Amino acid sequence: MIKTEHLSKRYKTLAAVDDISFQVAPGEVLGFLGPNGAGKTTTMRMLAGFIAPTAGTASICGHDIQTAPLAAKASLGYLPEGAPSYGEMTVRGFLDFIAELRHLEGPRRQSRLDHVIGRLQLEKVLEQTIETLSKGFRRRVGLAQAMISDPPVLILDEPTDGLDPNQKQEVRVLINEMAKDKIIVISTHILEEVEAVCTRAIIIARGRIVADDTPAQLATKSRYHNAVSLQLETPAQLSDARAAIAALPSVADVEVTERYARLTALPKAGATILPAIAELATRQGLRLKELHLESGRLDEVFRSITV
Amino acid sequence: MRNSTIIMRRELASYFATPLAYVFILIFLVLVNFFAFFFGALYERGQADLQSFFTYHPWIDVFLISAVSMRLWAEERHSGSIELLMTQPVTLREAVWGKFLAAWAFVAISLVLTFPIWITVNYLGKPDNGVIVAAYIGSLMMAGGFLAIGSCMSALTRSQVIAFIGTAVVSLVFVLLGMLPGMVNNMPDWVQSAAGAVASLSIYTHFTSISKGVVDIRDVLYFAMLIGLFLLATSIALDVRKAE
Repeated sequence: MIKTEHLSKRYKTLAAVDDISFQVAPGEVLGFLGPNGAGKTTTMRMLAGFIAPTAGTASICGHDIQTAPLAAKASLGYLPEGAPSYGEMTVRGFLDFIAELRHLEGPRRQSRLDHVIGRLQLEKVLEQTIETLSKGFRRRVGLAQAMISDPPVLILDEPTDGLDPNQKQEVRVLINEMAKDKIIVISTHILEEVEAVCTRAIIIARGRIVADDTPAQLATKSRYHNAVSLQLETPAQLSDARAAIAALPSVADVEVTERYARLTALPKAGATILPAIAELATRQGLRLKELHLESGRLDEVFRSITV
Repeated sequence: MRNSTIIMRRELASYFATPLAYVFILIFLVLVNFFAFFFGALYERGQADLQSFFTYHPWIDVFLISAVSMRLWAEERHSGSIELLMTQPVTLREAVWGKFLAAWAFVAISLVLTFPIWITVNYLGKPDNGVIVAAYIGSLMMAGGFLAIGSCMSALTRSQVIAFIGTAVVSLVFVLLGMLPGMVNNMPDWVQSAAGAVASLSIYTHFTSISKGVVDIRDVLYFAMLIGLFLLATSIALDVRKAE
Protein backbone atom coordinates (compact mmCIF):
# COMPACT_ATOMS: atom_id res chain seq x y z
CA MET A 1 0.00 0.00 0.00
CA ILE A 2 1.20 3.48 -0.85
CA LYS A 3 -0.42 6.22 1.11
CA THR A 4 0.21 9.94 0.82
CA GLU A 5 -1.43 12.57 2.98
CA HIS A 6 -1.27 16.24 2.09
CA LEU A 7 2.11 15.68 0.51
CA SER A 8 3.68 18.99 -0.47
CA LYS A 9 7.01 20.20 -1.75
CA ARG A 10 7.63 23.89 -1.81
CA TYR A 11 10.70 25.56 -3.24
CA LYS A 12 11.30 29.19 -2.35
CA THR A 13 8.45 30.67 -4.32
CA LEU A 14 7.15 27.66 -6.17
CA ALA A 15 4.82 24.97 -4.90
CA ALA A 16 6.09 22.03 -6.98
CA VAL A 17 3.70 19.62 -5.28
CA ASP A 18 0.77 21.10 -3.46
CA ASP A 19 -1.24 19.03 -0.99
CA ILE A 20 -1.48 15.69 -2.75
CA SER A 21 -3.30 12.81 -1.07
CA PHE A 22 -3.98 9.39 -2.53
CA GLN A 23 -3.70 5.69 -1.81
CA VAL A 24 -2.65 2.87 -4.08
CA ALA A 25 -3.45 -0.76 -3.31
CA PRO A 26 -1.73 -3.94 -4.54
CA GLY A 27 -2.85 -4.90 -8.02
CA GLU A 28 -3.20 -1.33 -9.10
CA VAL A 29 -1.11 0.24 -11.82
CA LEU A 30 -1.27 3.94 -11.28
CA GLY A 31 -0.37 6.27 -14.10
CA PHE A 32 0.83 9.72 -13.22
CA LEU A 33 -0.04 12.13 -15.96
CA GLY A 34 0.57 15.77 -16.35
CA PRO A 35 2.33 18.38 -18.41
CA ASN A 36 6.08 18.79 -17.96
CA GLY A 37 6.79 20.59 -14.72
CA ALA A 38 3.46 19.62 -13.17
CA GLY A 39 5.08 17.85 -10.24
CA LYS A 40 5.13 14.21 -11.36
CA THR A 41 8.84 13.68 -10.89
CA THR A 42 8.89 15.63 -7.62
CA THR A 43 6.10 13.44 -6.24
CA MET A 44 7.88 10.26 -7.29
CA ARG A 45 11.15 11.47 -5.84
CA MET A 46 9.44 12.06 -2.52
CA LEU A 47 7.86 8.61 -2.57
CA ALA A 48 11.24 7.08 -3.38
CA GLY A 49 12.83 8.93 -0.49
CA PHE A 50 15.19 11.03 -2.59
CA ILE A 51 13.82 14.38 -1.50
CA ALA A 52 11.96 15.23 1.66
CA PRO A 53 8.49 16.74 1.56
CA THR A 54 8.08 20.19 3.07
CA ALA A 55 4.68 19.18 4.44
CA GLY A 56 2.53 16.10 4.66
CA THR A 57 3.52 12.46 4.87
CA ALA A 58 3.75 9.37 2.74
CA SER A 59 4.25 5.73 3.55
CA ILE A 60 5.29 2.71 1.53
CA CYS A 61 3.88 -0.60 2.82
CA GLY A 62 3.31 1.03 6.19
CA HIS A 63 6.83 2.50 6.45
CA ASP A 64 6.83 6.26 6.73
CA ILE A 65 9.25 7.74 4.20
CA GLN A 66 10.64 10.14 6.77
CA THR A 67 10.68 8.22 10.02
CA ALA A 68 11.54 4.81 8.53
CA PRO A 69 13.26 5.68 5.25
CA LEU A 70 15.35 2.53 5.00
CA ALA A 71 12.41 0.17 5.42
CA ALA A 72 10.43 2.25 2.92
CA LYS A 73 13.28 2.19 0.40
CA ALA A 74 13.81 -1.54 0.91
CA SER A 75 10.21 -2.22 -0.09
CA LEU A 76 10.32 -0.29 -3.32
CA GLY A 77 12.15 -0.39 -6.60
CA TYR A 78 12.67 2.95 -8.26
CA LEU A 79 13.58 3.96 -11.78
CA PRO A 80 14.66 7.61 -11.67
CA GLU A 81 13.88 9.93 -14.57
CA GLY A 82 16.40 9.41 -17.35
CA ALA A 83 17.56 6.08 -15.82
CA PRO A 84 20.88 7.36 -14.44
CA SER A 85 23.55 4.81 -13.54
CA TYR A 86 27.30 4.40 -13.36
CA GLY A 87 28.54 4.63 -16.94
CA GLU A 88 31.94 3.11 -16.35
CA MET A 89 30.49 -0.10 -14.88
CA THR A 90 29.55 -3.16 -16.87
CA VAL A 91 25.89 -4.16 -16.80
CA ARG A 92 26.82 -7.24 -14.78
CA GLY A 93 28.92 -5.25 -12.32
CA PHE A 94 26.17 -2.69 -11.88
CA LEU A 95 23.42 -5.25 -11.25
CA ASP A 96 25.71 -7.11 -8.85
CA PHE A 97 26.28 -3.88 -6.98
CA ILE A 98 22.57 -3.19 -6.62
CA ALA A 99 21.91 -6.80 -5.60
CA GLU A 100 24.52 -6.40 -2.87
CA LEU A 101 23.04 -3.13 -1.63
CA ARG A 102 19.68 -4.89 -1.54
CA HIS A 103 21.29 -7.64 0.55
CA LEU A 104 20.35 -10.42 -1.83
CA GLU A 105 22.37 -13.52 -1.10
CA GLY A 106 23.04 -17.06 -2.21
CA PRO A 107 20.76 -18.87 -4.65
CA ARG A 108 18.06 -16.23 -4.40
CA ARG A 109 20.48 -13.57 -5.54
CA GLN A 110 21.49 -15.66 -8.53
CA SER A 111 17.92 -16.48 -9.45
CA ARG A 112 16.84 -12.83 -9.21
CA LEU A 113 19.79 -11.74 -11.33
CA ASP A 114 19.03 -14.43 -13.90
CA HIS A 115 15.39 -13.45 -13.87
CA VAL A 116 15.82 -9.72 -14.53
CA ILE A 117 18.63 -10.28 -17.03
CA GLY A 118 16.47 -12.73 -18.94
CA ARG A 119 13.26 -10.76 -18.64
CA LEU A 120 14.85 -7.54 -19.94
CA GLN A 121 17.03 -9.34 -22.50
CA LEU A 122 20.30 -8.04 -21.19
CA GLU A 123 22.34 -11.23 -21.85
CA LYS A 124 24.11 -9.80 -24.87
CA VAL A 125 25.28 -6.61 -23.17
CA LEU A 126 26.22 -8.02 -19.76
CA GLU A 127 29.94 -7.39 -20.16
CA GLN A 128 29.54 -4.03 -21.87
CA THR A 129 30.01 -0.80 -19.95
CA ILE A 130 26.75 1.09 -19.48
CA GLU A 131 28.03 4.24 -21.17
CA THR A 132 28.43 2.33 -24.44
CA LEU A 133 24.79 1.20 -24.45
CA SER A 134 21.93 2.67 -26.47
CA LYS A 135 19.26 4.68 -24.72
CA GLY A 136 16.88 1.74 -24.86
CA PHE A 137 19.32 -0.63 -23.21
CA ARG A 138 20.16 1.89 -20.50
CA ARG A 139 16.48 2.19 -19.69
CA ARG A 140 16.21 -1.58 -19.48
CA VAL A 141 19.22 -1.73 -17.18
CA GLY A 142 17.45 0.86 -15.02
CA LEU A 143 14.31 -1.28 -14.97
CA ALA A 144 16.32 -4.39 -14.12
CA GLN A 145 17.88 -2.52 -11.23
CA ALA A 146 14.46 -1.51 -9.91
CA MET A 147 13.08 -5.06 -10.16
CA ILE A 148 16.06 -6.92 -8.82
CA SER A 149 14.91 -7.39 -5.24
CA ASP A 150 11.35 -8.21 -6.34
CA PRO A 151 9.96 -5.35 -4.21
CA PRO A 152 6.20 -5.07 -3.57
CA VAL A 153 6.20 -1.50 -4.90
CA LEU A 154 7.65 -0.22 -8.16
CA ILE A 155 7.92 3.47 -8.94
CA LEU A 156 8.96 4.04 -12.52
CA ASP A 157 9.54 7.53 -13.86
CA GLU A 158 8.93 7.40 -17.63
CA PRO A 159 9.81 3.72 -18.04
CA THR A 160 9.35 3.64 -21.81
CA ASP A 161 11.00 6.93 -22.69
CA GLY A 162 13.59 6.40 -25.42
CA LEU A 163 12.43 2.90 -26.31
CA ASP A 164 11.40 1.93 -29.81
CA PRO A 165 7.81 0.73 -30.37
CA ASN A 166 8.75 -2.94 -29.95
CA GLN A 167 10.60 -2.30 -26.74
CA LYS A 168 7.74 -0.13 -25.47
CA GLN A 169 5.42 -3.02 -26.07
CA GLU A 170 7.78 -5.36 -24.24
CA VAL A 171 7.91 -3.09 -21.19
CA ARG A 172 4.13 -2.75 -21.16
CA VAL A 173 3.74 -6.51 -21.23
CA LEU A 174 6.25 -6.71 -18.41
CA ILE A 175 4.37 -4.17 -16.32
CA ASN A 176 1.09 -5.98 -16.92
CA GLU A 177 2.67 -9.25 -15.84
CA MET A 178 4.01 -7.79 -12.62
CA ALA A 179 0.83 -5.88 -11.90
CA LYS A 180 -1.07 -8.79 -10.37
CA ASP A 181 0.46 -8.69 -6.92
CA LYS A 182 2.40 -5.45 -6.92
CA ILE A 183 1.79 -1.76 -6.67
CA ILE A 184 3.16 -0.03 -9.70
CA VAL A 185 3.29 3.70 -10.19
CA ILE A 186 4.46 5.00 -13.54
CA SER A 187 4.69 8.47 -14.92
CA THR A 188 4.32 9.12 -18.57
CA HIS A 189 3.02 11.61 -21.03
CA ILE A 190 2.17 8.99 -23.57
CA LEU A 191 -1.58 8.68 -23.21
CA GLU A 192 -1.92 5.42 -25.10
CA GLU A 193 0.39 3.94 -22.49
CA VAL A 194 -2.07 4.84 -19.77
CA GLU A 195 -4.81 3.03 -21.62
CA ALA A 196 -2.52 0.07 -22.27
CA VAL A 197 -1.21 -0.57 -18.76
CA CYS A 198 -2.85 1.58 -16.10
CA THR A 199 -5.84 0.58 -14.03
CA ARG A 200 -6.02 4.10 -12.71
CA ALA A 201 -4.80 7.51 -13.76
CA ILE A 202 -4.04 10.59 -11.70
CA ILE A 203 -3.65 13.79 -13.63
CA ILE A 204 -1.51 16.45 -11.99
CA ALA A 205 -1.34 20.06 -13.03
CA ARG A 206 0.55 22.81 -11.24
CA GLY A 207 1.29 20.48 -8.35
CA ARG A 208 -2.31 19.49 -7.67
CA ILE A 209 -4.40 16.44 -8.49
CA VAL A 210 -6.99 17.51 -11.03
CA ALA A 211 -8.36 14.07 -11.89
CA ASP A 212 -8.19 10.61 -10.34
CA ASP A 213 -10.08 7.82 -12.08
CA THR A 214 -9.79 4.79 -14.33
CA PRO A 215 -8.64 5.64 -17.85
CA ALA A 216 -12.02 4.54 -19.22
CA GLN A 217 -13.94 6.77 -16.80
CA LEU A 218 -11.62 9.68 -17.57
CA ALA A 219 -12.31 9.24 -21.26
CA THR A 220 -16.03 9.61 -20.67
CA LYS A 221 -15.34 13.16 -19.54
CA SER A 222 -14.26 13.90 -23.08
CA ARG A 223 -16.75 15.71 -25.27
CA TYR A 224 -15.96 12.96 -27.77
CA HIS A 225 -17.46 10.36 -25.46
CA ASN A 226 -20.16 8.56 -27.47
CA ALA A 227 -19.38 10.75 -30.48
CA VAL A 228 -19.74 9.14 -33.88
CA SER A 229 -17.08 9.40 -36.54
CA LEU A 230 -17.75 8.62 -40.14
CA GLN A 231 -15.58 8.74 -43.20
CA LEU A 232 -17.08 9.16 -46.66
CA GLU A 233 -15.84 7.65 -49.86
CA THR A 234 -16.28 10.87 -51.77
CA PRO A 235 -15.73 14.39 -50.40
CA ALA A 236 -18.60 15.53 -52.61
CA GLN A 237 -21.19 14.26 -50.13
CA LEU A 238 -19.51 16.05 -47.26
CA SER A 239 -21.55 19.24 -47.03
CA ASP A 240 -24.90 17.48 -47.50
CA ALA A 241 -24.02 14.93 -44.87
CA ARG A 242 -22.91 17.61 -42.50
CA ALA A 243 -26.14 19.57 -42.82
CA ALA A 244 -28.26 16.43 -42.38
CA ILE A 245 -26.41 15.23 -39.31
CA ALA A 246 -26.35 18.65 -37.70
CA ALA A 247 -30.12 18.76 -38.11
CA LEU A 248 -30.57 15.67 -35.93
CA PRO A 249 -32.09 16.73 -32.60
CA SER A 250 -29.62 14.83 -30.38
CA VAL A 251 -26.49 16.09 -32.14
CA ALA A 252 -24.76 19.03 -30.48
CA ASP A 253 -22.10 19.80 -33.03
CA VAL A 254 -20.41 18.42 -36.13
CA GLU A 255 -16.69 18.66 -36.80
CA VAL A 256 -15.34 18.20 -40.30
CA THR A 257 -11.88 17.18 -41.47
CA GLU A 258 -12.09 17.85 -45.19
CA ARG A 259 -8.80 16.25 -46.13
CA TYR A 260 -10.01 12.82 -45.09
CA ALA A 261 -13.68 13.45 -45.84
CA ARG A 262 -14.34 12.76 -42.19
CA LEU A 263 -17.17 13.94 -39.97
CA THR A 264 -17.41 13.70 -36.22
CA ALA A 265 -20.81 14.21 -34.65
CA LEU A 266 -20.81 15.20 -30.99
CA PRO A 267 -23.86 14.16 -28.97
CA LYS A 268 -25.81 16.41 -26.65
CA ALA A 269 -25.18 15.53 -23.01
CA GLY A 270 -26.11 11.91 -22.32
CA ALA A 271 -27.61 11.35 -25.77
CA THR A 272 -26.96 8.28 -27.92
CA ILE A 273 -26.63 9.21 -31.56
CA LEU A 274 -25.21 6.18 -33.32
CA PRO A 275 -28.53 4.55 -34.37
CA ALA A 276 -29.89 7.84 -35.66
CA ILE A 277 -26.78 8.52 -37.72
CA ALA A 278 -26.61 5.00 -39.10
CA GLU A 279 -30.23 5.23 -40.14
CA LEU A 280 -29.67 8.65 -41.69
CA ALA A 281 -26.67 7.41 -43.65
CA THR A 282 -28.76 4.66 -45.22
CA ARG A 283 -31.64 6.99 -45.93
CA GLN A 284 -29.43 9.65 -47.57
CA GLY A 285 -27.37 7.08 -49.47
CA LEU A 286 -24.09 8.22 -47.94
CA ARG A 287 -21.30 6.02 -49.14
CA LEU A 288 -19.39 5.21 -45.98
CA LYS A 289 -15.80 4.01 -45.73
CA GLU A 290 -15.98 3.85 -41.99
CA LEU A 291 -18.39 4.45 -39.14
CA HIS A 292 -17.52 4.14 -35.48
CA LEU A 293 -18.48 5.10 -31.98
CA GLU A 294 -15.85 6.93 -29.98
CA SER A 295 -15.31 6.11 -26.32
CA GLY A 296 -13.70 9.45 -25.67
CA ARG A 297 -10.32 10.91 -26.26
CA LEU A 298 -7.98 10.91 -23.30
CA ASP A 299 -5.71 13.50 -24.87
CA GLU A 300 -8.61 15.87 -25.18
CA VAL A 301 -9.58 15.34 -21.52
CA PHE A 302 -5.95 15.83 -20.60
CA ARG A 303 -5.78 19.12 -22.49
CA SER A 304 -9.04 20.42 -21.20
CA ILE A 305 -8.14 19.93 -17.54
CA THR A 306 -4.47 20.77 -17.53
CA VAL A 307 -4.31 23.89 -19.68
CA MET B 1 29.07 -0.42 7.90
CA ARG B 2 28.28 -3.23 5.51
CA ASN B 3 26.70 -0.81 3.06
CA SER B 4 29.69 1.52 3.33
CA THR B 5 31.94 -1.38 2.41
CA ILE B 6 29.81 -2.27 -0.60
CA ILE B 7 29.83 1.34 -1.79
CA MET B 8 33.55 1.63 -1.13
CA ARG B 9 34.33 -1.47 -3.18
CA ARG B 10 32.26 -0.23 -6.12
CA GLU B 11 33.82 3.18 -5.94
CA LEU B 12 37.38 1.91 -5.72
CA ALA B 13 36.82 -0.41 -8.68
CA SER B 14 35.48 2.52 -10.67
CA TYR B 15 38.73 4.45 -10.09
CA PHE B 16 40.59 1.71 -11.86
CA ALA B 17 37.98 1.30 -14.59
CA THR B 18 39.45 4.30 -16.38
CA PRO B 19 43.09 5.22 -17.11
CA LEU B 20 42.64 8.19 -14.77
CA ALA B 21 43.73 6.23 -11.71
CA TYR B 22 46.93 5.05 -13.33
CA VAL B 23 47.71 8.53 -14.62
CA PHE B 24 47.15 9.92 -11.14
CA ILE B 25 49.40 7.35 -9.50
CA LEU B 26 52.09 7.99 -12.09
CA ILE B 27 51.97 11.76 -11.57
CA PHE B 28 51.98 11.32 -7.81
CA LEU B 29 55.02 9.05 -7.89
CA VAL B 30 56.91 11.29 -10.28
CA LEU B 31 56.16 14.39 -8.22
CA VAL B 32 56.99 13.02 -4.77
CA ASN B 33 60.26 11.57 -6.01
CA PHE B 34 61.16 14.64 -8.04
CA PHE B 35 60.62 16.92 -5.06
CA ALA B 36 62.53 14.59 -2.72
CA PHE B 37 65.56 14.33 -4.93
CA PHE B 38 65.78 17.81 -6.47
CA PHE B 39 64.40 20.18 -3.86
CA GLY B 40 64.86 17.95 -0.85
CA ALA B 41 68.37 16.97 -1.89
CA LEU B 42 67.81 13.42 -0.68
CA TYR B 43 71.27 12.25 -1.80
CA GLU B 44 73.23 15.41 -1.14
CA ARG B 45 72.15 15.63 2.49
CA GLY B 46 73.95 12.39 3.05
CA GLN B 47 71.48 11.26 5.72
CA ALA B 48 69.67 7.98 5.75
CA ASP B 49 66.14 9.27 6.37
CA LEU B 50 63.09 10.27 4.35
CA GLN B 51 62.60 13.74 5.79
CA SER B 52 63.26 15.40 2.46
CA PHE B 53 60.71 13.03 0.94
CA PHE B 54 57.87 13.67 3.39
CA THR B 55 58.43 17.38 3.80
CA TYR B 56 56.84 18.14 0.41
CA HIS B 57 53.81 15.91 0.87
CA PRO B 58 51.52 18.68 2.19
CA TRP B 59 52.18 20.82 -0.88
CA ILE B 60 51.81 18.02 -3.37
CA ASP B 61 48.67 16.80 -1.62
CA VAL B 62 47.00 20.21 -1.82
CA PHE B 63 46.78 19.76 -5.58
CA LEU B 64 46.74 16.04 -6.12
CA ILE B 65 44.27 15.16 -3.38
CA SER B 66 41.95 17.87 -4.67
CA ALA B 67 42.08 16.10 -8.02
CA VAL B 68 41.10 12.79 -6.41
CA SER B 69 38.26 14.18 -4.34
CA MET B 70 36.74 16.54 -6.91
CA ARG B 71 34.69 13.81 -8.54
CA LEU B 72 33.42 12.22 -5.32
CA TRP B 73 30.01 13.86 -5.28
CA ALA B 74 30.12 16.42 -8.08
CA GLU B 75 30.08 13.62 -10.61
CA GLU B 76 27.23 11.78 -8.90
CA ARG B 77 25.20 14.95 -8.94
CA HIS B 78 26.15 15.82 -12.49
CA SER B 79 25.22 12.41 -13.91
CA GLY B 80 22.17 12.00 -11.67
CA SER B 81 23.42 8.67 -10.31
CA ILE B 82 23.09 10.17 -6.83
CA GLU B 83 19.33 9.70 -7.21
CA LEU B 84 19.87 6.02 -7.90
CA LEU B 85 22.27 5.62 -4.98
CA MET B 86 20.20 7.52 -2.45
CA THR B 87 17.02 5.61 -3.25
CA GLN B 88 18.69 2.31 -2.38
CA PRO B 89 18.21 1.24 1.23
CA VAL B 90 21.37 3.02 2.43
CA THR B 91 21.80 6.05 4.65
CA LEU B 92 23.46 9.23 3.51
CA ARG B 93 26.16 8.70 6.10
CA GLU B 94 26.95 5.22 4.82
CA ALA B 95 27.28 6.57 1.31
CA VAL B 96 29.46 9.51 2.37
CA TRP B 97 31.78 7.23 4.35
CA GLY B 98 31.86 4.57 1.66
CA LYS B 99 32.94 7.00 -1.01
CA PHE B 100 35.41 8.71 1.30
CA LEU B 101 37.00 5.41 2.31
CA ALA B 102 37.37 4.44 -1.34
CA ALA B 103 39.23 7.65 -2.08
CA TRP B 104 41.35 7.16 1.01
CA ALA B 105 42.19 3.58 0.05
CA PHE B 106 43.17 4.82 -3.38
CA VAL B 107 45.56 7.37 -1.88
CA ALA B 108 46.90 4.66 0.44
CA ILE B 109 47.69 2.52 -2.61
CA SER B 110 49.55 5.46 -4.16
CA LEU B 111 51.52 5.95 -0.96
CA VAL B 112 52.41 2.28 -0.72
CA LEU B 113 53.76 2.47 -4.25
CA THR B 114 56.44 4.91 -3.09
CA PHE B 115 58.15 1.97 -1.35
CA PRO B 116 61.22 1.98 -3.65
CA ILE B 117 62.44 5.15 -1.97
CA TRP B 118 62.21 3.40 1.38
CA ILE B 119 64.18 0.46 0.05
CA THR B 120 66.70 2.91 -1.37
CA VAL B 121 67.48 4.60 1.95
CA ASN B 122 67.65 1.23 3.67
CA TYR B 123 70.11 0.07 1.02
CA LEU B 124 72.23 3.20 1.37
CA GLY B 125 72.28 3.48 5.13
CA LYS B 126 70.58 2.65 8.38
CA PRO B 127 67.50 4.88 8.68
CA ASP B 128 65.21 4.86 11.71
CA ASN B 129 62.39 2.85 10.16
CA GLY B 130 60.08 3.69 13.06
CA VAL B 131 60.20 7.34 12.08
CA ILE B 132 59.51 6.44 8.47
CA VAL B 133 56.47 4.34 9.40
CA ALA B 134 55.19 7.22 11.55
CA ALA B 135 55.68 9.64 8.67
CA TYR B 136 53.78 7.34 6.32
CA ILE B 137 50.94 7.17 8.85
CA GLY B 138 51.05 10.96 9.16
CA SER B 139 50.95 11.41 5.41
CA LEU B 140 47.99 9.03 5.12
CA MET B 141 46.08 10.85 7.86
CA MET B 142 46.84 14.19 6.28
CA ALA B 143 45.53 12.85 2.97
CA GLY B 144 42.39 11.75 4.82
CA GLY B 145 41.91 15.29 6.08
CA PHE B 146 42.31 16.76 2.62
CA LEU B 147 39.96 14.16 1.16
CA ALA B 148 37.29 14.99 3.74
CA ILE B 149 37.58 18.67 2.83
CA GLY B 150 37.40 17.67 -0.83
CA SER B 151 34.36 15.49 -0.22
CA CYS B 152 32.54 18.45 1.29
CA MET B 153 33.52 20.81 -1.54
CA SER B 154 32.50 18.21 -4.08
CA ALA B 155 29.10 17.87 -2.43
CA LEU B 156 28.52 21.60 -2.75
CA THR B 157 28.75 21.74 -6.52
CA ARG B 158 27.93 19.84 -9.68
CA SER B 159 31.11 21.09 -11.30
CA GLN B 160 34.28 19.11 -10.75
CA VAL B 161 36.42 22.12 -11.69
CA ILE B 162 34.85 24.25 -8.97
CA ALA B 163 35.20 21.36 -6.52
CA PHE B 164 38.89 21.08 -7.42
CA ILE B 165 39.62 24.79 -6.99
CA GLY B 166 37.58 25.07 -3.80
CA THR B 167 39.32 22.09 -2.25
CA ALA B 168 42.78 23.30 -3.25
CA VAL B 169 42.12 26.75 -1.74
CA VAL B 170 40.68 25.47 1.55
CA SER B 171 43.41 22.83 1.82
CA LEU B 172 46.07 25.45 1.17
CA VAL B 173 44.66 27.59 3.95
CA PHE B 174 44.79 24.59 6.29
CA VAL B 175 48.46 24.14 5.40
CA LEU B 176 49.46 27.80 5.48
CA LEU B 177 48.01 28.34 8.95
CA GLY B 178 50.87 26.18 10.16
CA MET B 179 53.37 28.69 8.81
CA LEU B 180 52.06 31.49 11.05
CA PRO B 181 54.30 30.92 14.12
CA GLY B 182 57.39 31.13 11.88
CA MET B 183 56.26 34.51 10.57
CA VAL B 184 55.70 36.19 13.92
CA ASN B 185 58.99 35.27 15.59
CA ASN B 186 59.88 38.84 16.50
CA MET B 187 56.45 39.97 17.61
CA PRO B 188 55.09 40.33 21.16
CA ASP B 189 54.29 37.23 23.16
CA TRP B 190 50.56 37.43 22.83
CA VAL B 191 50.82 37.53 19.05
CA GLN B 192 53.02 34.48 19.14
CA SER B 193 50.67 32.53 21.36
CA ALA B 194 47.71 33.55 19.19
CA ALA B 195 49.61 32.39 16.14
CA GLY B 196 50.40 29.15 17.93
CA ALA B 197 46.73 28.60 18.70
CA VAL B 198 45.75 29.19 15.09
CA ALA B 199 48.55 26.96 13.89
CA SER B 200 47.28 24.14 16.06
CA LEU B 201 44.30 24.01 13.70
CA SER B 202 46.61 23.47 10.77
CA ILE B 203 47.02 20.17 8.99
CA TYR B 204 50.67 21.08 8.45
CA THR B 205 51.41 21.38 12.17
CA HIS B 206 49.97 17.97 13.01
CA PHE B 207 51.51 16.27 10.01
CA THR B 208 54.98 17.62 10.86
CA SER B 209 54.53 16.55 14.43
CA ILE B 210 53.70 12.95 13.45
CA SER B 211 56.34 12.78 10.75
CA LYS B 212 59.04 13.50 13.33
CA GLY B 213 58.38 10.00 14.54
CA VAL B 214 55.87 10.32 17.35
CA VAL B 215 52.31 9.27 16.63
CA ASP B 216 50.77 11.40 19.37
CA ILE B 217 47.15 10.68 20.27
CA ARG B 218 46.39 14.42 20.03
CA ASP B 219 47.52 14.51 16.41
CA VAL B 220 45.53 11.40 15.60
CA LEU B 221 42.49 12.90 17.32
CA TYR B 222 42.94 16.09 15.33
CA PHE B 223 42.80 14.23 12.02
CA ALA B 224 39.93 12.03 13.19
CA MET B 225 37.92 15.10 14.13
CA LEU B 226 38.84 16.94 10.95
CA ILE B 227 37.66 13.99 8.87
CA GLY B 228 34.54 13.48 11.00
CA LEU B 229 33.56 17.13 10.81
CA PHE B 230 34.03 17.55 7.10
CA LEU B 231 32.20 14.31 6.35
CA LEU B 232 29.34 15.47 8.55
CA ALA B 233 29.35 18.72 6.57
CA THR B 234 29.29 16.62 3.40
CA SER B 235 26.14 14.83 4.56
CA ILE B 236 24.47 18.11 5.43
CA ALA B 237 25.45 19.68 2.11
CA LEU B 238 24.13 16.67 0.23
CA ASP B 239 20.91 16.57 2.18
CA VAL B 240 20.21 20.16 1.22
CA ARG B 241 21.48 20.15 -2.33
CA LYS B 242 21.37 16.62 -3.69
CA ALA B 243 18.31 17.16 -5.85
CA GLU B 244 19.37 20.47 -7.34
